[in-house]
Amino acid sequence: MDHLDELEAQSIYIFREAFARLKKLALLWSLGKDSNVMIWLARKAFFGKVPFPALHVDTQKKFPEMYAFRDQYAKEWGLDLKVDFCPPIEEIDPTLPPAARSAARKTEGLKLALAKYGFDGLIAGIRRDEEATRAKERVFSPRGLEGGWDVRDQPPEFWDHFNASPPQGAHLRIHPILHWTEEDIWAYTQRENIPIIPLYLSNNGKRYRSLGDQDITNPVVSNASNIDEILTELKGTKVPERAGRALDHETEDAFERLRVAGYL
Amino acid sequence: MNIAVTKASLAPAPNGVTTRPQVRIVIVGHVDHGKSTLVGRLLHETGSLPDGKLEMLQAVSARRGMPFEWSFLLDALQTERDQGITIDTTQIRFRTPSRDVVLIDAPGHAEFLRNMITGASQADGAILIIDALEGVRDQTRRHGYLLHLLGVKQVAVVVNKMDRVDYSAARFKEISNEISAHLTSLGVTPTAIVPISARDGDGVTERTANINWYDGPTVVEAIDGLTPARALDELALRLPVQAIYKFDDRRIVAGRVESGDIGTGDEIVIMPTGKVAKVKSVESWPQTPVFGRQGAGRSVGITLDRELFLERGDVIAHVKAAPRDTRRLRARIFWLHDAPLKAGASVLVRLGTMETRASIVAIDKAVDPGELASIETSSIGRNHVGEIDISLANPVAADPYTDNPRTGRLVIEVNGRIAGGGLVLSVDSGQRAIPVDIVPVESALRPEERSARYGHGGAVVWLTGLPGSGKSTLARALERKLFSRGGSPLLLDGDTLRAGLNGDLGFSPKDRAENIRRLAEMATHLARNGHIAIVAAVSPASDDRAQARRIADNLFREVYVATPAAVCESRDPKGHYAKARAGNLPSFTGIANDYQPPANAELTIDTSTRSVTEAADEIERLLAGTGVLFGELNDLAANI
Repeated sequence: MDHLDELEAQSIYIFREAFARLKKLALLWSLGKDSNVMIWLARKAFFGKVPFPALHVDTQKKFPEMYAFRDQYAKEWGLDLKVDFCPPIEEIDPTLPPAARSAARKTEGLKLALAKYGFDGLIAGIRRDEEATRAKERVFSPRGLEGGWDVRDQPPEFWDHFNASPPQGAHLRIHPILHWTEEDIWAYTQRENIPIIPLYLSNNGKRYRSLGDQDITNPVVSNASNIDEILTELKGTKVPERAGRALDHETEDAFERLRVAGYL
Repeated sequence: MNIAVTKASLAPAPNGVTTRPQVRIVIVGHVDHGKSTLVGRLLHETGSLPDGKLEMLQAVSARRGMPFEWSFLLDALQTERDQGITIDTTQIRFRTPSRDVVLIDAPGHAEFLRNMITGASQADGAILIIDALEGVRDQTRRHGYLLHLLGVKQVAVVVNKMDRVDYSAARFKEISNEISAHLTSLGVTPTAIVPISARDGDGVTERTANINWYDGPTVVEAIDGLTPARALDELALRLPVQAIYKFDDRRIVAGRVESGDIGTGDEIVIMPTGKVAKVKSVESWPQTPVFGRQGAGRSVGITLDRELFLERGDVIAHVKAAPRDTRRLRARIFWLHDAPLKAGASVLVRLGTMETRASIVAIDKAVDPGELASIETSSIGRNHVGEIDISLANPVAADPYTDNPRTGRLVIEVNGRIAGGGLVLSVDSGQRAIPVDIVPVESALRPEERSARYGHGGAVVWLTGLPGSGKSTLARALERKLFSRGGSPLLLDGDTLRAGLNGDLGFSPKDRAENIRRLAEMATHLARNGHIAIVAAVSPASDDRAQARRIADNLFREVYVATPAAVCESRDPKGHYAKARAGNLPSFTGIANDYQPPANAELTIDTSTRSVTEAADEIERLLAGTGVLFGELNDLAANI
């Protein structure tokens, strides 16, 4: 087994545990490279079928290429796609810095969707190497009744034994690709020939490393126009992946505050 | 504070992600002995910090009016930075000349021991850090013990803050001897003991003039000396079943190969039941089937050459090297829950994918591994370790951890949350023989051959209801009716079987469950061979009936004979009600109202409002409507 085989096997194990132990699951699909790999892994885990809905909590501010991608592959991959919308910015905590406030719409959208469908498990494609508070996540991460993350009281999780009994009305976040890195994602996307949104590839000397909303995501300088070149670039770069995500950099704890409140 | 370190002497290696060995290392030790600082220093000196991170840390430190603080790199949470402690485990990657390292930072505070264990359970090796001034402390010993318990055998010891003891070789020697003695007593030999100053950089990637008396490895060299986890392929096959999927016409058994390997054609045994089968195919996606052996670590899906009942929690093994089935385990565990674990406690045990209720029969040798003083024998306190005897409600397949580290470990859940875990020391194999030489013989006839003759497929018609509700009468009518149409029905009456096959069973809940299990097994055997087994049994417990449904799977048709209790008692065909009213029939179902009516029966019939013929017709319609009866039925009776 090579490194990618190991990552894949572990993710499949997590998917199957989630499906076996929770009643009502959904997979959060943000259309980016990570969640596309995640859907691919779900299809591996369940032999071609994704046996739970893919939920897109839509800020309605994604790039047009992302919507086109969603509509094409939801059909091609046979997904039970659910699209739900986020509340307007006016309804969001005005004390948050601007980009964080904009991102917090998604947290609120998530809460609405959770209440609407009654999911007890939300599968999300976050990775430890993306951001320092995500590095502290559990694979099965309990959320409080308000969707919040209690970082001081995370349950023990060892030897691939997961806590899968959320209290009534609360839910679990399940993170099947927590152990992957950005390089792993690209190497696997290449190996498995998983489709990607062209925004990740260089256009006029710039490309997106991470795709969020149009207004709070910026491209990085890059000439990488295929996955081989992206992998070469990543091996050389010391620029963090989320450098183009404004919300991470507004205040020291902007991202932590968002995550504690229920952000991904 | 000196942060102008020697320029990174180790550029990131240019190799690809898939070629270099990856090793997972946990850093543990007493609080404030300098774990996070060492991690920050390691990342910096191996050139693994992203751009802008150093500046960010300087700014974060300055904002708090503090000297430069490396630990802010990993202590990402506000509380951690404000209080200067690591609360939760984190993971970060860096590269040494020969390895990709996943570094797991684990908190030192006793309060967060569960987080330390969460981190350490993933590791191939460990760095145990000790403050040169303070020496070996409680938490050092506790962590040493837990590493041993978690099965982390490779431990490199780092003696930090040598600058505080004037780089004294004598002090280093003293601590080396103490920790070596402690670890050796646990069966762990330190792979290296390195004197360093994480803050100033001595001994991390270079041996500086300050420690010129030391000629052993640096921290990075010690890390390069740790080897990735041993391959589990050489051990016997263990494939715990995660689930059975039927998304299409395949019935796929899914799970991860924990050890050994598996491939098409293998003869396997499913434990703890001991059923035997052959692997028909290994399924996958997008390509299927896959050929070649599937080794340890692979998440696989297999199909079997026969329809067996198996379920999540079963363990697939090779026939000649099966794990033992048991209801009794002895385990060495660590306890993380606020409330102590007491003898007699009811808990949930998870072993692989198996979960079962269990009770703690006895507790021995409960100690605080920080003090290593024996303190209790009736309970295990929070963050303490102990040896326990566990009695399991259901049989499980288990190995002692010395035979198999993957299937020889368990966790204990209290109120839906993992509260402890540990190693299986020994397995009491119970009374059941290990069924290595039981190989079921298949019928010479295929089910279709019988179907063609009888005009129906196999089924289990399970009649449940109060005594006197009319089950046996209805069963006999149905038997006659199906037979007269050319079918092959067979009556399995609960009372009749109790006179023979089940004569050893009484009426305790356990015996009743076993009675139902045997009825279900026999009925299923008949149904698989194309007969219609008509079971008439009170079967009062819904759990027992659920078990019968699991055994018979899609062959099962439940008919609830829902005749009102008063009518049943007035009929009293066997005189049971009268005896029970007279107090002469303990455990009689009907008077004590312990009958649990089915919620999802395929059919409900009240024989007080239906004639026997009408009721039998209804069941016949159920069988026709659910695909059991098919084709033009020959009503032989009509031709007479």
